[in-house]
Amino acid sequence: MAEKGKQTMEIAYFPGCTLKNTAKRLETSALGVAKLLGLDLRELPNWTCCGTCFSLAEDNLMKQVAPIRTLSRAASLGYSVITTLCSVCYNTLKQADLFVKSDPKRLKKINTFMEEEANYEGQIAVKHFLTLLDELGEEKIKEAVKHNLNGLKVGCYYGCLLLRPQSIAIDDCEQPQIMERLMKALGAEPVYFPYQVECCGSYHTAVHPEIVARRAYRILENARENGAEIVVTSCPLCYFNLKDRQKNIKEIYSGFKPMKVSYFTEIMADAFGLTKILENG
Amino acid sequence: MRLVLKKNDGLLKKIKAISGEDIYACYQCGMCSAGCPMGQEMDLLPNQVIRLLQIGAERQVLHCRTVWLCASCFTCTARCPKGVNLARLMEGVRLFLLRTQKEDHFSPQQMVKEPLPPIALIGALRKFTT
Repeated sequence: MAEKGKQTMEIAYFPGCTLKNTAKRLETSALGVAKLLGLDLRELPNWTCCGTCFSLAEDNLMKQVAPIRTLSRAASLGYSVITTLCSVCYNTLKQADLFVKSDPKRLKKINTFMEEEANYEGQIAVKHFLTLLDELGEEKIKEAVKHNLNGLKVGCYYGCLLLRPQSIAIDDCEQPQIMERLMKALGAEPVYFPYQVECCGSYHTAVHPEIVARRAYRILENARENGAEIVVTSCPLCYFNLKDRQKNIKEIYSGFKPMKVSYFTEIMADAFGLTKILENG
Repeated sequence: MRLVLKKNDGLLKKIKAISGEDIYACYQCGMCSAGCPMGQEMDLLPNQVIRLLQIGAERQVLHCRTVWLCASCFTCTARCPKGVNLARLMEGVRLFLLRTQKEDHFSPQQMVKEPLPPIALIGALRKFTT
Protein backbone atom coordinates (compact mmCIF):
# COMPACT_ATOMS: atom_id res chain seq x y z
CA MET A 1 0.00 0.00 0.00
CA ALA A 2 2.75 2.42 0.95
CA GLU A 3 4.37 2.08 -2.46
CA LYS A 4 1.18 2.39 -4.47
CA GLY A 5 1.85 5.89 -5.75
CA LYS A 6 5.40 5.12 -6.86
CA GLN A 7 4.69 1.84 -8.64
CA THR A 8 1.72 2.84 -10.74
CA MET A 9 2.37 6.57 -11.06
CA GLU A 10 -1.02 7.28 -9.64
CA ILE A 11 -1.32 10.90 -8.66
CA ALA A 12 -3.55 12.10 -5.85
CA TYR A 13 -6.02 14.68 -7.11
CA PHE A 14 -7.33 17.27 -4.66
CA PRO A 15 -10.34 19.06 -6.20
CA GLY A 16 -11.29 21.61 -3.53
CA CYS A 17 -14.71 23.17 -3.05
CA THR A 18 -14.99 25.38 -6.12
CA LEU A 19 -14.22 22.61 -8.61
CA LYS A 20 -17.43 20.90 -7.50
CA ASN A 21 -19.38 24.14 -7.68
CA THR A 22 -18.84 27.06 -10.09
CA ALA A 23 -15.74 25.56 -11.73
CA LYS A 24 -17.15 22.21 -12.88
CA ARG A 25 -16.00 23.03 -16.43
CA LEU A 26 -12.42 23.24 -15.19
CA GLU A 27 -12.64 19.84 -13.54
CA THR A 28 -14.43 18.08 -16.40
CA SER A 29 -12.10 19.40 -19.08
CA ALA A 30 -8.94 18.83 -17.03
CA LEU A 31 -9.84 15.24 -16.14
CA GLY A 32 -10.67 14.53 -19.79
CA VAL A 33 -7.33 15.97 -20.89
CA ALA A 34 -5.43 14.08 -18.16
CA LYS A 35 -7.02 10.78 -19.17
CA LEU A 36 -6.16 11.28 -22.82
CA LEU A 37 -2.55 12.07 -21.94
CA GLY A 38 -2.24 9.04 -19.65
CA LEU A 39 -2.01 10.96 -16.38
CA ASP A 40 -3.61 8.76 -13.75
CA LEU A 41 -5.34 11.24 -11.42
CA ARG A 42 -7.22 9.72 -8.48
CA GLU A 43 -9.55 11.92 -6.49
CA LEU A 44 -8.67 11.76 -2.80
CA PRO A 45 -11.41 10.14 -0.73
CA ASN A 46 -12.91 12.23 2.10
CA TRP A 47 -11.12 15.43 1.15
CA THR A 48 -11.90 18.59 3.09
CA CYS A 49 -11.46 22.31 2.46
CA CYS A 50 -7.82 23.40 1.99
CA GLY A 51 -8.39 26.51 4.12
CA THR A 52 -8.62 28.80 1.04
CA CYS A 53 -6.38 31.70 2.10
CA PHE A 54 -3.01 30.62 3.41
CA SER A 55 -2.73 32.07 6.91
CA LEU A 56 0.20 34.48 7.20
CA ALA A 57 0.33 34.37 11.00
CA GLU A 58 3.45 32.91 12.63
CA ASP A 59 1.63 32.26 15.85
CA ASN A 60 -1.47 30.33 14.85
CA LEU A 61 -0.91 26.73 13.74
CA MET A 62 -4.64 25.95 13.89
CA LYS A 63 -5.01 27.60 10.48
CA GLN A 64 -2.58 25.03 9.00
CA VAL A 65 -4.52 21.98 10.12
CA ALA A 66 -6.83 21.81 7.09
CA PRO A 67 -4.12 21.76 4.40
CA ILE A 68 -1.72 19.54 6.36
CA ARG A 69 -4.48 17.02 7.13
CA THR A 70 -5.08 16.72 3.39
CA LEU A 71 -1.38 16.12 2.72
CA SER A 72 -1.20 13.63 5.57
CA ARG A 73 -4.14 11.64 4.19
CA ALA A 74 -2.63 11.55 0.70
CA ALA A 75 0.70 10.38 2.15
CA SER A 76 -0.92 7.66 4.22
CA LEU A 77 -2.61 6.32 1.06
CA GLY A 78 0.85 5.91 -0.47
CA TYR A 79 0.87 8.81 -2.88
CA SER A 80 4.05 10.80 -3.46
CA VAL A 81 2.50 13.53 -5.60
CA ILE A 82 -0.68 15.51 -5.03
CA THR A 83 -2.07 17.77 -7.74
CA THR A 84 -4.64 20.55 -7.85
CA LEU A 85 -6.39 22.41 -10.65
CA CYS A 86 -7.35 25.40 -8.54
CA SER A 87 -4.59 27.99 -8.07
CA VAL A 88 -5.89 28.88 -4.60
CA CYS A 89 -5.71 25.28 -3.36
CA TYR A 90 -2.26 24.90 -4.92
CA ASN A 91 -0.96 27.98 -3.14
CA THR A 92 -2.44 27.04 0.23
CA LEU A 93 -1.30 23.41 0.20
CA LYS A 94 2.19 24.28 -0.99
CA GLN A 95 2.73 27.17 1.41
CA ALA A 96 1.39 25.15 4.35
CA ASP A 97 3.71 22.27 3.41
CA LEU A 98 6.78 24.56 3.36
CA PHE A 99 5.69 26.37 6.53
CA VAL A 100 5.40 23.29 8.72
CA LYS A 101 8.40 21.52 7.16
CA SER A 102 10.70 24.48 7.81
CA ASP A 103 10.50 24.01 11.57
CA PRO A 104 10.59 20.55 13.24
CA LYS A 105 8.82 21.94 16.31
CA ARG A 106 5.90 23.11 14.21
CA LEU A 107 5.66 19.78 12.46
CA LYS A 108 5.69 17.93 15.76
CA LYS A 109 3.05 20.17 17.27
CA ILE A 110 0.68 19.81 14.34
CA ASN A 111 1.16 16.03 14.20
CA THR A 112 0.41 15.79 17.92
CA PHE A 113 -2.72 17.83 17.43
CA MET A 114 -3.94 15.69 14.52
CA GLU A 115 -3.54 12.50 16.51
CA GLU A 116 -6.25 10.67 14.57
CA GLU A 117 -4.24 11.06 11.34
CA ALA A 118 -0.97 9.39 10.36
CA ASN A 119 2.08 11.57 11.12
CA TYR A 120 2.94 13.91 8.26
CA GLU A 121 6.63 14.02 7.48
CA GLY A 122 6.67 16.28 4.45
CA GLN A 123 6.93 13.39 2.00
CA ILE A 124 4.36 14.69 -0.50
CA ALA A 125 5.17 16.86 -3.52
CA VAL A 126 2.43 19.41 -4.20
CA LYS A 127 2.24 20.10 -7.95
CA HIS A 128 -0.16 22.18 -9.96
CA PHE A 129 -1.67 20.47 -13.02
CA LEU A 130 0.28 22.88 -15.28
CA THR A 131 3.53 21.55 -13.83
CA LEU A 132 2.45 17.95 -14.53
CA LEU A 133 1.69 18.89 -18.15
CA ASP A 134 5.04 20.68 -18.48
CA GLU A 135 6.89 17.63 -17.13
CA LEU A 136 5.05 15.46 -19.62
CA GLY A 137 6.65 17.51 -22.37
CA GLU A 138 5.54 19.43 -25.46
CA GLU A 139 5.86 16.43 -27.77
CA LYS A 140 3.22 14.43 -25.87
CA ILE A 141 0.86 17.41 -26.04
CA LYS A 142 1.49 17.96 -29.74
CA GLU A 143 0.78 14.28 -30.50
CA ALA A 144 -2.64 14.57 -28.83
CA VAL A 145 -3.74 17.63 -30.82
CA LYS A 146 -6.55 16.86 -33.27
CA HIS A 147 -7.70 20.39 -34.07
CA ASN A 148 -4.73 22.72 -34.20
CA LEU A 149 -5.67 26.08 -32.68
CA ASN A 150 -4.38 27.79 -35.84
CA GLY A 151 -2.53 30.70 -34.32
CA LEU A 152 -5.34 31.73 -31.96
CA LYS A 153 -3.99 34.70 -30.02
CA VAL A 154 -4.13 33.69 -26.39
CA GLY A 155 -3.39 35.87 -23.37
CA CYS A 156 -2.20 33.57 -20.57
CA TYR A 157 -3.31 35.07 -17.28
CA TYR A 158 -1.51 33.70 -14.22
CA GLY A 159 -2.66 36.05 -11.49
CA CYS A 160 -0.93 35.74 -8.14
CA LEU A 161 -1.23 32.35 -6.62
CA LEU A 162 0.75 30.22 -9.07
CA LEU A 163 3.71 32.58 -8.96
CA ARG A 164 3.97 34.24 -5.58
CA PRO A 165 5.57 34.07 -3.10
CA GLN A 166 8.61 32.82 -5.06
CA SER A 167 9.08 29.87 -2.71
CA ILE A 168 6.02 28.20 -4.27
CA ALA A 169 6.23 29.62 -7.82
CA ILE A 170 5.63 27.20 -10.69
CA ASP A 171 7.68 29.51 -12.97
CA ASP A 172 9.40 32.91 -13.05
CA CYS A 173 7.20 35.28 -11.05
CA GLU A 174 7.48 38.27 -13.42
CA GLN A 175 7.66 36.69 -16.87
CA PRO A 176 6.35 33.14 -16.67
CA GLN A 177 6.38 30.89 -19.75
CA ILE A 178 4.85 27.61 -18.59
CA MET A 179 1.33 28.31 -19.91
CA GLU A 180 2.76 29.89 -23.08
CA ARG A 181 4.71 26.69 -23.85
CA LEU A 182 1.52 24.70 -23.47
CA MET A 183 -0.46 27.05 -25.73
CA LYS A 184 2.25 26.90 -28.41
CA ALA A 185 2.10 23.10 -28.32
CA LEU A 186 -1.63 23.36 -29.06
CA GLY A 187 -0.91 25.55 -32.09
CA ALA A 188 -2.01 28.79 -30.47
CA GLU A 189 0.01 31.98 -30.44
CA PRO A 190 0.47 33.31 -26.90
CA VAL A 191 0.73 37.10 -26.65
CA TYR A 192 2.82 38.85 -24.02
CA PHE A 193 0.89 41.27 -21.82
CA PRO A 194 2.45 42.69 -18.66
CA TYR A 195 -0.77 42.48 -16.62
CA GLN A 196 -0.75 38.69 -16.85
CA VAL A 197 0.77 38.51 -13.36
CA GLU A 198 -1.29 41.32 -11.80
CA CYS A 199 -3.84 40.60 -9.03
CA CYS A 200 -7.52 40.61 -10.11
CA GLY A 201 -8.78 41.71 -6.68
CA SER A 202 -9.44 38.18 -5.44
CA TYR A 203 -12.01 37.77 -2.64
CA HIS A 204 -12.89 41.48 -2.67
CA THR A 205 -15.37 40.41 -5.34
CA ALA A 206 -17.67 39.29 -2.49
CA VAL A 207 -17.81 42.73 -0.88
CA HIS A 208 -16.47 45.34 -3.30
CA PRO A 209 -17.30 44.21 -6.85
CA GLU A 210 -16.49 47.71 -8.17
CA ILE A 211 -12.87 47.41 -7.01
CA VAL A 212 -12.55 44.06 -8.76
CA ALA A 213 -14.20 45.46 -11.89
CA ARG A 214 -11.57 48.22 -12.08
CA ARG A 215 -8.75 45.65 -11.72
CA ALA A 216 -10.31 43.28 -14.24
CA TYR A 217 -10.79 46.14 -16.71
CA ARG A 218 -7.09 46.96 -16.66
CA ILE A 219 -6.10 43.33 -17.07
CA LEU A 220 -8.50 42.58 -19.94
CA GLU A 221 -7.74 45.84 -21.78
CA ASN A 222 -4.02 45.18 -21.45
CA ALA A 223 -4.51 41.73 -22.97
CA ARG A 224 -6.61 43.22 -25.78
CA GLU A 225 -4.08 45.99 -26.51
CA ASN A 226 -1.46 43.31 -26.98
CA GLY A 227 -3.58 41.40 -29.46
CA ALA A 228 -5.25 38.71 -27.33
CA GLU A 229 -8.49 37.23 -28.70
CA ILE A 230 -9.07 35.15 -25.58
CA VAL A 231 -7.72 35.14 -22.01
CA VAL A 232 -7.08 31.80 -20.32
CA THR A 233 -6.52 31.09 -16.64
CA SER A 234 -6.32 28.24 -14.15
CA CYS A 235 -7.91 29.96 -11.16
CA PRO A 236 -11.69 29.69 -10.60
CA LEU A 237 -11.68 33.00 -8.71
CA CYS A 238 -9.73 34.87 -11.42
CA TYR A 239 -12.07 33.27 -13.97
CA PHE A 240 -15.11 34.63 -12.14
CA ASN A 241 -13.55 38.08 -11.69
CA LEU A 242 -12.42 38.37 -15.31
CA LYS A 243 -15.54 36.85 -16.86
CA ASP A 244 -18.58 37.43 -14.64
CA ARG A 245 -17.42 40.87 -13.49
CA GLN A 246 -17.49 42.11 -17.12
CA LYS A 247 -21.07 43.23 -16.45
CA ASN A 248 -19.76 45.39 -13.59
CA ILE A 249 -16.96 46.71 -15.83
CA LYS A 250 -19.57 47.80 -18.36
CA GLU A 251 -21.35 49.84 -15.66
CA ILE A 252 -18.15 51.80 -14.97
CA TYR A 253 -16.58 51.91 -18.44
CA SER A 254 -19.45 52.08 -20.92
CA GLY A 255 -17.20 51.61 -23.96
CA PHE A 256 -15.90 48.25 -22.72
CA LYS A 257 -16.28 45.43 -25.24
CA PRO A 258 -16.66 41.83 -24.00
CA MET A 259 -13.56 39.62 -23.89
CA LYS A 260 -13.59 35.84 -24.04
CA VAL A 261 -12.28 34.13 -20.91
CA SER A 262 -11.82 30.38 -20.46
CA TYR A 263 -9.94 27.84 -18.42
CA PHE A 264 -6.70 26.70 -20.06
CA THR A 265 -8.00 23.15 -19.90
CA GLU A 266 -11.09 24.07 -21.92
CA ILE A 267 -9.09 25.13 -24.94
CA MET A 268 -6.89 22.07 -24.47
CA ALA A 269 -9.99 19.84 -24.58
CA ASP A 270 -11.07 21.76 -27.65
CA ALA A 271 -7.72 21.15 -29.39
CA PHE A 272 -7.78 17.47 -28.39
CA GLY A 273 -11.23 17.05 -29.93
CA LEU A 274 -12.92 16.35 -26.59
CA THR A 275 -15.97 18.39 -27.50
CA LYS A 276 -18.45 15.97 -25.92
CA ILE A 277 -16.77 16.46 -22.56
CA LEU A 278 -17.09 20.22 -22.89
CA GLU A 279 -20.77 20.00 -23.87
CA ASN A 280 -21.60 17.74 -20.93
CA GLY A 281 -19.50 19.83 -18.53
CA MET B 1 18.23 71.54 17.65
CA ARG B 2 17.37 67.99 18.63
CA LEU B 3 13.90 66.70 18.14
CA VAL B 4 12.82 63.94 20.49
CA LEU B 5 9.99 61.77 19.30
CA LYS B 6 7.99 59.90 21.89
CA LYS B 7 7.77 56.56 20.26
CA ASN B 8 5.08 54.07 20.96
CA ASP B 9 6.28 50.65 19.80
CA GLY B 10 3.68 48.43 21.47
CA LEU B 11 1.84 47.77 18.24
CA LEU B 12 5.08 47.14 16.40
CA LYS B 13 6.10 44.43 18.86
CA LYS B 14 2.74 42.71 18.53
CA ILE B 15 2.81 42.85 14.75
CA LYS B 16 6.31 41.41 14.79
CA ALA B 17 5.14 38.55 16.98
CA ILE B 18 2.26 37.78 14.60
CA SER B 19 4.07 38.29 11.30
CA GLY B 20 7.69 37.54 12.16
CA GLU B 21 8.75 40.52 10.02
CA ASP B 22 11.36 43.14 10.86
CA ILE B 23 9.88 46.47 9.86
CA TYR B 24 13.16 48.37 10.26
CA ALA B 25 14.63 46.53 7.29
CA CYS B 26 12.60 48.88 5.05
CA TYR B 27 14.53 51.90 3.71
CA GLN B 28 11.53 53.50 1.98
CA CYS B 29 12.46 52.97 -1.66
CA GLY B 30 8.77 52.82 -2.62
CA MET B 31 8.99 49.75 -4.87
CA CYS B 32 6.04 48.15 -3.02
CA SER B 33 3.76 51.15 -3.65
CA ALA B 34 4.87 51.51 -7.28
CA GLY B 35 3.73 48.00 -8.13
CA CYS B 36 0.73 47.56 -5.83
CA PRO B 37 -2.36 46.69 -7.92
CA MET B 38 -4.58 48.10 -5.16
CA GLY B 39 -2.58 51.34 -4.85
CA GLN B 40 -5.21 53.57 -6.41
CA GLU B 41 -7.89 52.33 -4.01
CA MET B 42 -5.77 52.91 -0.89
CA ASP B 43 -5.74 55.86 1.51
CA LEU B 44 -2.16 55.10 2.59
CA LEU B 45 0.37 53.56 0.22
CA PRO B 46 2.12 50.40 1.47
CA ASN B 47 5.44 52.17 2.09
CA GLN B 48 3.58 54.85 4.07
CA VAL B 49 2.05 52.17 6.31
CA ILE B 50 5.55 50.91 7.06
CA ARG B 51 6.92 54.40 7.69
CA LEU B 52 4.10 55.21 10.10
CA LEU B 53 4.74 51.97 11.96
CA GLN B 54 8.48 52.76 12.10
CA ILE B 55 7.84 56.13 13.77
CA GLY B 56 5.18 54.73 16.07
CA ALA B 57 2.19 56.52 14.52
CA GLU B 58 -0.20 53.73 15.45
CA ARG B 59 -3.48 55.54 15.13
CA GLN B 60 -3.18 56.24 11.39
CA VAL B 61 -2.27 52.63 10.67
CA LEU B 62 -5.06 51.14 12.77
CA HIS B 63 -7.67 53.32 11.09
CA CYS B 64 -6.57 53.07 7.46
CA ARG B 65 -8.39 51.31 4.62
CA THR B 66 -5.13 50.05 3.16
CA VAL B 67 -4.58 47.01 5.37
CA TRP B 68 -8.06 45.73 4.51
CA LEU B 69 -7.57 46.31 0.78
CA CYS B 70 -4.34 44.30 0.61
CA ALA B 71 -5.39 40.97 -0.89
CA SER B 72 -2.07 39.19 -0.19
CA CYS B 73 -1.08 39.06 -3.86
CA PHE B 74 2.61 39.16 -2.80
CA THR B 75 3.68 41.47 -5.65
CA CYS B 76 5.43 43.80 -3.18
CA THR B 77 6.95 40.86 -1.32
CA ALA B 78 8.39 39.44 -4.53
CA ARG B 79 9.91 42.81 -5.50
CA CYS B 80 11.14 44.22 -2.17
CA PRO B 81 14.93 44.69 -2.43
CA LYS B 82 15.23 44.34 1.35
CA GLY B 83 13.23 41.14 1.62
CA VAL B 84 10.43 42.64 3.70
CA ASN B 85 7.32 40.51 3.45
CA LEU B 86 4.66 43.21 3.35
CA ALA B 87 1.86 40.74 2.83
CA ARG B 88 2.67 39.26 6.24
CA LEU B 89 2.87 42.72 7.82
CA MET B 90 -0.54 43.70 6.48
CA GLU B 91 -1.98 40.44 7.79
CA GLY B 92 -0.28 41.21 11.10
CA VAL B 93 -2.16 44.53 11.39
CA ARG B 94 -5.47 42.91 10.33
CA LEU B 95 -5.09 40.10 12.85
CA PHE B 96 -4.11 42.54 15.60
CA LEU B 97 -7.33 44.47 14.97
CA LEU B 98 -9.53 41.36 14.70
CA ARG B 99 -8.05 39.82 17.85
CA THR B 100 -8.08 42.94 20.04
CA GLN B 101 -11.42 44.39 18.94
CA LYS B 102 -13.06 40.95 18.84
CA GLU B 103 -15.22 42.34 16.13
CA ASP B 104 -15.55 41.40 12.46
CA HIS B 105 -14.46 43.88 9.81
CA PHE B 106 -17.69 43.25 7.90
CA SER B 107 -20.76 41.15 8.34
CA PRO B 108 -21.80 38.46 5.86
CA GLN B 109 -24.98 40.50 5.19
CA GLN B 110 -22.79 43.05 3.43
CA MET B 111 -21.78 40.52 0.78
CA VAL B 112 -23.09 40.88 -2.75
CA LYS B 113 -26.35 39.04 -3.39
CA GLU B 114 -25.34 36.86 -6.32
CA PRO B 115 -23.87 33.40 -6.80
CA LEU B 116 -20.14 33.46 -6.08
CA PRO B 117 -17.37 30.86 -6.26
CA PRO B 118 -17.02 29.30 -2.76
CA ILE B 119 -13.37 30.40 -2.64
CA ALA B 120 -14.51 34.06 -2.84
CA LEU B 121 -16.88 33.62 0.11
CA ILE B 122 -14.45 31.68 2.26
CA GLY B 123 -11.55 33.95 1.34
CA ALA B 124 -13.46 37.07 2.39
CA LEU B 125 -14.61 35.44 5.62
CA ARG B 126 -11.09 34.28 6.46
CA LYS B 127 -9.63 37.74 5.94
CA PHE B 128 -12.38 39.93 7.37
CA THR B 129 -13.79 38.01 10.33
CA THR B 130 -12.42 36.76 13.65
